[in-house]
Amino acid sequence: MHSKVVSMQEAVAAHVRDGDTVVIEGFTHLICFAAGHEIIRQRRRDLTIARLTPDLIYDQMIAAGCARKLVFSWAGNPGAGSLHAFRRAVEKGTPKLEIEEYSHFGMVARMSAGAAGLPFWTMRNYMGTDLPVANPRIRTVTCPYTGEVLATVPALNPDVTVIHAQRADQYGNAQVWGLLGVQKEAAFASKRVIVVVEELVDESVIRADPNRTLIPGMIVDAVVVEPWGCHPSYAQGYYDRDNDFYVAWEDISRDPAKLQEYLEQWVYGVKDRAEYLARQPDLKARLTAKDQYCEGVNYGF
Amino acid sequence: MASEYTPSEMMAAVAARELGNGEVVFVGIGLPNLACNLARALQAPDLVLIYESGAVGAVPERLPVSIGDPSLVTGSLMICSMADVFQLFLQNGKIEVGFLGGAQVDRYGNINTTVIGGYEKPKVRLPGSGGAAEIAVHAQRVLIISRLNPRAFPAELDFLTSPGQRCKGKTRQELGMPGAGPVKVITDKGILESDPESGEMVLTALYPGVTLEDVKANVGWPLQSRAELGAVAPPTGEELRLLREVLDPRKLFLG
Repeated sequence: MHSKVVSMQEAVAAHVRDGDTVVIEGFTHLICFAAGHEIIRQRRRDLTIARLTPDLIYDQMIAAGCARKLVFSWAGNPGAGSLHAFRRAVEKGTPKLEIEEYSHFGMVARMSAGAAGLPFWTMRNYMGTDLPVANPRIRTVTCPYTGEVLATVPALNPDVTVIHAQRADQYGNAQVWGLLGVQKEAAFASKRVIVVVEELVDESVIRADPNRTLIPGMIVDAVVVEPWGCHPSYAQGYYDRDNDFYVAWEDISRDPAKLQEYLEQWVYGVKDRAEYLARQPDLKARLTAKDQYCEGVNYGF
Repeated sequence: MASEYTPSEMMAAVAARELGNGEVVFVGIGLPNLACNLARALQAPDLVLIYESGAVGAVPERLPVSIGDPSLVTGSLMICSMADVFQLFLQNGKIEVGFLGGAQVDRYGNINTTVIGGYEKPKVRLPGSGGAAEIAVHAQRVLIISRLNPRAFPAELDFLTSPGQRCKGKTRQELGMPGAGPVKVITDKGILESDPESGEMVLTALYPGVTLEDVKANVGWPLQSRAELGAVAPPTGEELRLLREVLDPRKLFLG
């Protein structure tokens, strides 16, 4: 087997194409801003970007003109306010953006169907709501055993999914702890998978604790080593969420000029994540996680 | 008269009193989170806090700013995937109490968190459902927390995101919803409860110093009220101390 380790620039150049359906998952935790920024830098266009919570990273990609369509279930700035680029697009039509909207369970179900190789997924959900009116892809099926009418959503099979993990080996066997979100389903649903990690470890480290592996290398196309690649999102055990930046985004994103200035300075204006970090030397002192280790377990037989 | 506590403090205290020891609660950020942690510090030390992010039995050491805060992980009983949260816990009926809020609440406790104005070109685009629609369907009972004003309690919703007691004339039973739906609306002036017959939210209790007219003026439909309105005790010294000194000392959510 050969190593899949490449730079972020190489991974995005090889695996993210104009017109693709792109998923950068992670529920608050492990959102790979480094990948989003590289997609913006490489000026990808006409993307369908899908995530449960678009978060700041998709707000930035919308503002940068990467997205034709957004598929989502909760579009706010968690704990801080609005995603104003998203809101301008929906409320004022600038830039033009198509939306397709579900609830969290609906998005999880779409990825579960995609990951299981099924055309749709069923749920007991949406009765009485206007969500199926707003989104006609939310439909129903009658259970052949009980006769109950259940809600359905179609499988989501992204062209490419980016998963950030605490660690992986060079083949992409990736281990995650802390909040797991919908990353496993998103990765298995996807045609191509980019794994981005805080640390590259030897295969023996993975094999010593196989229960912690979320993504197996066999479905991974590229491995990128990008410490602090999630900032201002976080990586459990490595660095905390930069809540101050999430709060600051309210003002930055409210003003289109300020938002473009942000992109110029922090995305187009740096060549990679290393330079982004070098320009913020205070981050490590402010956000590095305190240690709290757990005891290992006995895998013997 | 200057009050010795804020409306937010009162709402958090009232919501906390609703929770019994050992209950399993689906927690939201903001006042619901404060209410759950207040209850945990008082009458319900064994309250099980579940967050949609996958933290089960969370014991947050700091006030979580977001629903995916790392402090929800450290020390939790279990971390699971979101597929597990929604299927094994919520859809499978394991959640006893769900908290919801929203930009608009109607007389049946239906909630809009999607748009103000039309869906296609809204005046204000709100975040959308998140997990709210399915919590409203499945939680064994739902508590709504919302400040009263005529815009927040309109006669008609602009969009129905999360179902209440009646949706377009149909009952929850007719629609096949397993949970009891919103049983109480905890506001900044009093408490509304769902009437078992009509499904309407009716005023059942007033906070100290609030009049019936004051509540009615802030509701967009002809609000019914119980013949005898209950009284609600103001926050105790201990409730206020915990809220102010321990749970939200920086006043992130307690305005």
